[in-house]
Amino acid sequence: MKEKLVMIGNGMAGMRTIEELLKIAPDMYDITVFGDEPYGNYNRILLSPVLAGEKTIDDIMLNTLDWYEENNIKLHAGKKVTEINRIARTVTAEDGTVEEYDRLLIATGSTPFIIPVPGHDKEGVISFRDIKDVDIMLDAAKKYKHATVIGGGLLGLEAANGMMQHGMKVTVVHLGDTLMERQLDKVAGKMLKNSLEEKGMDFRMEAQTAEITGNGRVTGIKFADGSSLDTDLVVMAVGIRPNIELAQKAGLHCERGIVVNDTLQTYDPRIYSVGECVQHRGNTYGLVAPLFEMAKVCANHLAHMGIGLYEGSVTSTKLKVTGIDLFSAGDFTGNEDTEEMIMQDATSGLYKKLVLQNNKLIGAVLYGDTKEGAWYFQLMRTGQDISDLRDKLLFGESHLGDSGHGGDHIGQMSDDTEICGCNGVCKGDIVKAITTEGLFTLDEVRAHTKASASCGSCTGLVEQILEFTLGSDYEAPEAKPMCKCTDHSHEEVREAIRERKLTTINDVRRALNWKTEDGCPACRMALNYYVQSAWHNEAQDDPQSRFINERAHANIQKDGRYSVIPRMWGGMTTPDELRAIANVAEKYEIKDVHLTGGQRIGLYGVEKEVLPKIWADLNEAGMVSGHAYGKAMRTVKTCVGKQWCRFGTQDSTALGIKLEELTWASWMPHKFKLAVSGCPRNCAEATIKDFGVVCVDSGYELHIGGNGGIKVRATDLLCNVATEEEVLEYCGAFIQFYREDAHYLERTAPWVERIGFSRIEDTVVKNEEKRKHYYKRFLEAQKIAQVDPWKERAVDGKARHEFETIKVVQA
Amino acid sequence: MSNWIEVGQLDDIPKQGSRVVKTSDYNIAVFRTVNDEVFAIKDECPHKQGPLSQGIVHDRKVTCPLHNWTISLESGEALGPDEGCTNVFVAKVENGVVSIDLG
Ligand code: SRM
Ligand SMILES: Cc1cc2nc3c(=O)[nH]c(=O)nc-3n(C[C@H](O)[C@H](O)[C@H](O)COP(=O)(O)OP(=O)(O)OC[C@H]3O[C@@H](n4cnc5c(N)ncnc54)[C@H](O)[C@@H]3O)c2cc1C
Ligand code: SF4
Ligand code: FES
Repeated sequence: MKEKLVMIGNGMAGMRTIEELLKIAPDMYDITVFGDEPYGNYNRILLSPVLAGEKTIDDIMLNTLDWYEENNIKLHAGKKVTEINRIARTVTAEDGTVEEYDRLLIATGSTPFIIPVPGHDKEGVISFRDIKDVDIMLDAAKKYKHATVIGGGLLGLEAANGMMQHGMKVTVVHLGDTLMERQLDKVAGKMLKNSLEEKGMDFRMEAQTAEITGNGRVTGIKFADGSSLDTDLVVMAVGIRPNIELAQKAGLHCERGIVVNDTLQTYDPRIYSVGECVQHRGNTYGLVAPLFEMAKVCANHLAHMGIGLYEGSVTSTKLKVTGIDLFSAGDFTGNEDTEEMIMQDATSGLYKKLVLQNNKLIGAVLYGDTKEGAWYFQLMRTGQDISDLRDKLLFGESHLGDSGHGGDHIGQMSDDTEICGCNGVCKGDIVKAITTEGLFTLDEVRAHTKASASCGSCTGLVEQILEFTLGSDYEAPEAKPMCKCTDHSHEEVREAIRERKLTTINDVRRALNWKTEDGCPACRMALNYYVQSAWHNEAQDDPQSRFINERAHANIQKDGRYSVIPRMWGGMTTPDELRAIANVAEKYEIKDVHLTGGQRIGLYGVEKEVLPKIWADLNEAGMVSGHAYGKAMRTVKTCVGKQWCRFGTQDSTALGIKLEELTWASWMPHKFKLAVSGCPRNCAEATIKDFGVVCVDSGYELHIGGNGGIKVRATDLLCNVATEEEVLEYCGAFIQFYREDAHYLERTAPWVERIGFSRIEDTVVKNEEKRKHYYKRFLEAQKIAQVDPWKERAVDGKARHEFETIKVVQA
Repeated sequence: MSNWIEVGQLDDIPKQGSRVVKTSDYNIAVFRTVNDEVFAIKDECPHKQGPLSQGIVHDRKVTCPLHNWTISLESGEALGPDEGCTNVFVAKVENGVVSIDLG
């Protein structure tokens, strides 16, 4: 029989946990849900736009009553649980309904705090928490003129704005001297107040409510200083309290909230708790992003997967008042150990404050222009060292250089702006898919629109559009899972492979509880690469987890035929090689022969069965695979250098050949290209290569992290060295560090930007021991890797099944 | 009407892989899944006729090598938001020999 799971509190955190659980263990439990509101689960955050008339209740339903039925979940809507019996393992509701549980999940959220002043219980004094409150406000807007909101925090201002939209005169009463003081510093608070005043909102700052007056229904407020205010409705929005009453009554250990550990378990191991009602490591939360993180971890443990810990969250806030752009995250006040960066332009209504500690961003307040909020938040959550970005940090990601995403202000972008050049998807298509299909994640947008599903260079833009369209509903993923088959990030997987010595894809999937039996193309290719890069001596290649190009050692073309591109070391060739190419082109009737952008010759449109024959002919002439198809070292472009050129300072061609001999046949996270130019005129375009060498009179400048391609990025100068031996050593060490650190499909350019140039400099240049270590590992790995795959297949008969038809049926 | 033909040994097809049967009109891709189930579908992606036999086989699906559509091996239908369908042939394994029904 299935175990019984009962959930109390049919709200955002609890239902997210159930949804996560259904995703990973759909048949594990009989699930029963109690909720004291008489609806399905709705998106509480969006009550503000509902109040402002921008959305309807139907728009914000997350799980309709039908949904519960379809998923075989028993829902007791409108029933409040009043007792938990931990010995009998039952819960009882107000109306006497009893349900048994094997595991219990408490997600009772929080209750609004009501200031206990005289008159607080009069008719017309409400809070802002649920659909019922919104109904009362909307109703009041029809009958009355003047509303007062006590509390100038996020919730209070959204309530005030909403009622103002319905034509009410609204006064906000605030105890402090700064609005939203938990999210804003004084400057930003002042700017916010000015903008709201311009919209017609009234404020009473530093005012302490003493009494609510009226005869039965509220008619006014008296303040501690003796002054008063007439009003027909009072909305108290002064804070929330974790709703722990029920848990406390059941004897569960509670402090401010229900105390849970990193797996979201309470002191009773059968009882879990998530959401605003919990206290974790001393913190309580009042925003959905951390609650959703809790939900994920909790679901994992309910599914007996035993992985994932919740370790607390950094939160960020946006105010959902149309026309006001405000973003705040982390610690924005600072202390003596922190430093601040501030940009202020009162005339244009712009303000930006960043708080830094030990070269890390720990807090941010943005007012007027919040498009960089997501980026700052990401920097905070990942704790990235910002030393390299320092001078540009305040201006934002869009000023980082050519390969940063940003740049475009999503809001101002017209609907027909093409976002994804590969699949021809415009901004409008994406926004429409998000709103009509109810998409929440990047993966969903990819699946529905194909935007960013191909080359991925527009991923950042698509994420920004998602965020812009969903507003604060959007959760920026923290460490993104590798793919849908797992919750683990690339880093976590690589670490597990190293530390637990996992040498096959199957071992990795087993050890990390993969959700799918044999993975998907994305994780299969990545894992195959990761196990081999970590354990080059022991790991076996899995050809079925390679893209066809790498499996067949030729590039698949649009009509299903293949290309053949033999290596031309350092871009040099000989009459014999040229003859061999001409011969195969004639013999196999190859229509197109092209000089590639990589300084060699490509033969296009070859039937798969013929490949081994062509390769055999080319091998005979001494030519080997050019790896023009793989996530691998591709080419080393060179110029003629000192041998011929009147400006040449070193023998760039010979060095290029040496580099190609060193690095050929090495698998990489992404394609990898090199070039050597004989002087700073740079005819080989070394400064847009993954590893480039520019020869100078005193030796060699080494450049890293460049590419042409979709987003051009010029290299960073790594260092200068004096000898060719050093060039080879630095190059090998750099490559090996990249191979062991970058995510699969991350080319050097985005990798350098993600981890920061300094880390590479520290590893490859400043620390001789590390450089030698990586170089040695590179050489070891190359001993195994440098086998010509063409020869193996053409001459030694490897993987014959790949090239032969299994059966021909005559008509 | 059925028209069964023997294709070859199960072991001729790599696990999570595929081999091609050529007929005079079109190619048929015969797939072997991780659990040794065998499926046969026309070797043409409903998107732009990519050769599905060259794709990556996972679960009972194959992802096309050209633009990453994923096709169900059971139904021949494109999965997820993509729409399209390719022909399916009944396939079976008996005593290690794979046969398909050309219909
Ligand atoms: C063959 C070649 C075009 C030619 O006929 O000249 C070529 C052909 C392809 N390029 Fe390229 N690129 C070729 C030089 C380049 C260059 C020039 C260079 O290397 O100096 C670049 C820009 C430089 C760079 O990479 O930084 C280039 C940037 C790309 C990109 C964008 C990479 C990026 O990081 O943004 C892709 C897409 C990708 O790799 O994801 C790509 C992808 C492709 C693919 C493999 C597309 C595919 O996945 O099927 C093309 C295969 C065609 C075929 O049928 O074989 N090709 N490609 C060139 C082969 C050079 C060689 O000898 O190996
Ligand atoms: C107007 C408004 C705007 C907001 N805006 C934002 C925003 O922009 N961004 C953001 O991140 N967060 C925002 N929040 C906060 C966010 O909505 C909450 O953090 C989130 O809903 C909390 O989820 P929860 O599941 O813990 O609690 P809830 O969603 O409150 O769910 C708890 C449920 O349990 C029910 N319940 C309680 N006790 C019992 C019982 N004994 N028996 C049965 N049922 C019970 C309650 O009725 C409730 O339905 C906003 C909140 C409000 C009210
Ligand atoms: S630029 Fe490269 S990827 Fe684009 S069509 Fe030409 S060869 Fe193909
Ligand atoms: S041809 Fe198969 S996905 Fe395009």
